[in-house]
Amino acid sequence: MRGIFLILFLMIGCTKQSNVHIIQNKGSDTLVNLAQAWAEEYKKVNPNVALAVSGGGSGTGIAALINGTVDIANSSRAIKDEEREEAKKNTGKDVNEFIVGMDALAVFIHPSNPIEGMTLEEVACIYGEGGHCLYWHDIRGIQVPGCKDNKIIRVSRQSNSGTYQYFREAILGKKRDLKLGSMDLSGSRESIDLVEKTPCAIGYSGMGYLNPHVKAICIKKTPEADCIQPTVQTATDKSYPISRELYMYTSGTPSEEVKAYLEWTQTERAHAITIKAGYVPAPKR
Amino acid sequence: MEMKITKSAELTMEWRQKKGKKPLSERLIEGFIKVAGLSSIVLILAILFFILKESYPFLVGAFDFKEFFFSENWNPASVVKISYGILALLVGTVMVTVLSMLIAVPLGLACAFYISEFCSPKVREVYKILIEFLAAIPSVVWGFIAIMMINPAIIKIFNVPVGLNILNASVILALMSLPLIVSVGEDALRAVPETYREAAEALGATKWEVATRVLLPAAKNGLMAAALLGVGRALGETMAVLMATGHAIQIPESIFEPGRTLTATIAAELGESPKGGEHYQALFAIGLVLFILSLIVNLSADYLIRGKRK
Repeated sequence: MRGIFLILFLMIGCTKQSNVHIIQNKGSDTLVNLAQAWAEEYKKVNPNVALAVSGGGSGTGIAALINGTVDIANSSRAIKDEEREEAKKNTGKDVNEFIVGMDALAVFIHPSNPIEGMTLEEVACIYGEGGHCLYWHDIRGIQVPGCKDNKIIRVSRQSNSGTYQYFREAILGKKRDLKLGSMDLSGSRESIDLVEKTPCAIGYSGMGYLNPHVKAICIKKTPEADCIQPTVQTATDKSYPISRELYMYTSGTPSEEVKAYLEWTQTERAHAITIKAGYVPAPKR
Repeated sequence: MEMKITKSAELTMEWRQKKGKKPLSERLIEGFIKVAGLSSIVLILAILFFILKESYPFLVGAFDFKEFFFSENWNPASVVKISYGILALLVGTVMVTVLSMLIAVPLGLACAFYISEFCSPKVREVYKILIEFLAAIPSVVWGFIAIMMINPAIIKIFNVPVGLNILNASVILALMSLPLIVSVGEDALRAVPETYREAAEALGATKWEVATRVLLPAAKNGLMAAALLGVGRALGETMAVLMATGHAIQIPESIFEPGRTLTATIAAELGESPKGGEHYQALFAIGLVLFILSLIVNLSADYLIRGKRK
């Protein structure tokens, strides 16, 4: 009996001693690597605050914000009005938006593919519903070595990932679907891995995931425009046509710890991490 | 068979007749076993109830029988017209399951025969460890093997545009269900009484004849159970097929085309569909279809094995 009391006493003692403030941070898979790298660094800046970072997708993060189970929701798309209203209804607080960085979606192909650049229209012809480009020779008569039948293998993402939804909107606008029958992988990593091994393939993902084994192509807004490569520079000045803001959302006015962290993400030290992870620091406001 | 009742057993019997009932400890143990047996039935019913509860609003709402089963348009995130058709997913599931079993069942049973009848004890130990090792590989790792190794191999060997397809997923699934088929099949062969083997060998049968003419018929039910367990494994596998099939919504025209399965669809989409939304409910309706499918597989397995006994 005494032993049990002793154990209970010890347990209570153990939970008391740590006063580390934990910030729950959840959401976009695009942002998860960056958020984790920031969290690692922030531990050194402020040891009394620990960030619990998890992915799951922008939708998941925002859903958690609506339910009030996270402090910061990461999202690679702007929050929808109905989501804002629902959060207000559920938690009684307004949603606060912070732009923490920029992301450019790169369109990439196998290195043996001779294409250097494409117009948005050509990309839409490959990916869009009703687009007739099924073979590489439908695009300016391109022949891809090592690709059987010269067929285009479309690599895409599952239909509720933020990357998918942003790509669809950037390429096709708000009123057109992507063609069914693409290979819908569940992560940017997998997309890159697959295109790297498949000469016929074309894929898209956040710029941060690019590696030397795939070839990112430059994008033209219109056939007459300059062909722009996805780089830190072109994403920041918005000349690259497929670039977007990355957001962090809080419910109501953030607590002191959360506010300090969000401000820290815009310091020189955090920007260095952003660039290293393949993203672009948010433009100064 | 004559059973000799020992002295102590006789005493117990007498004591029981005197008491008129079993001792408490025995009744407790019996009760415990009864509860354990019933709990699995209750759990299955609870699962069914849960799936029904989550998918009910969809089933009475947006669900359209004809579209659901006969349309290949699964497009829950469409901005033009949202549609829930699972034909392509059903066809993909059936194709992958059947093809993987065509590979795994002959291979697995041959392996079981070799391990239990043909090899030396030393080799047997090594083999068993290797096969168990296959079972220890997590399914995400299988998925990466599919993308990084089998995918380029299929492109090279068969000269096709893409290597993530029905064939790739079937190879992966076959490898994943091998350990199960081998170990259950081997147990079935071990369970055949030694007297059968001795009798056959006494009649001058070779090892091969013993295996094919005597052991195969004798262990038929067990081997069938092994094969059907493999089918269950293949039907239920999620992560590896998600990565290996290519996860494309289309009815594959050949085994070299990418496809998609029911399980992989649930796995890929459930995490990001808002809880309680129509898409979420539709995914639970897919779960219901899977539940019914595996029920059919299990019942037919039961029927086959029982039918053979008569």
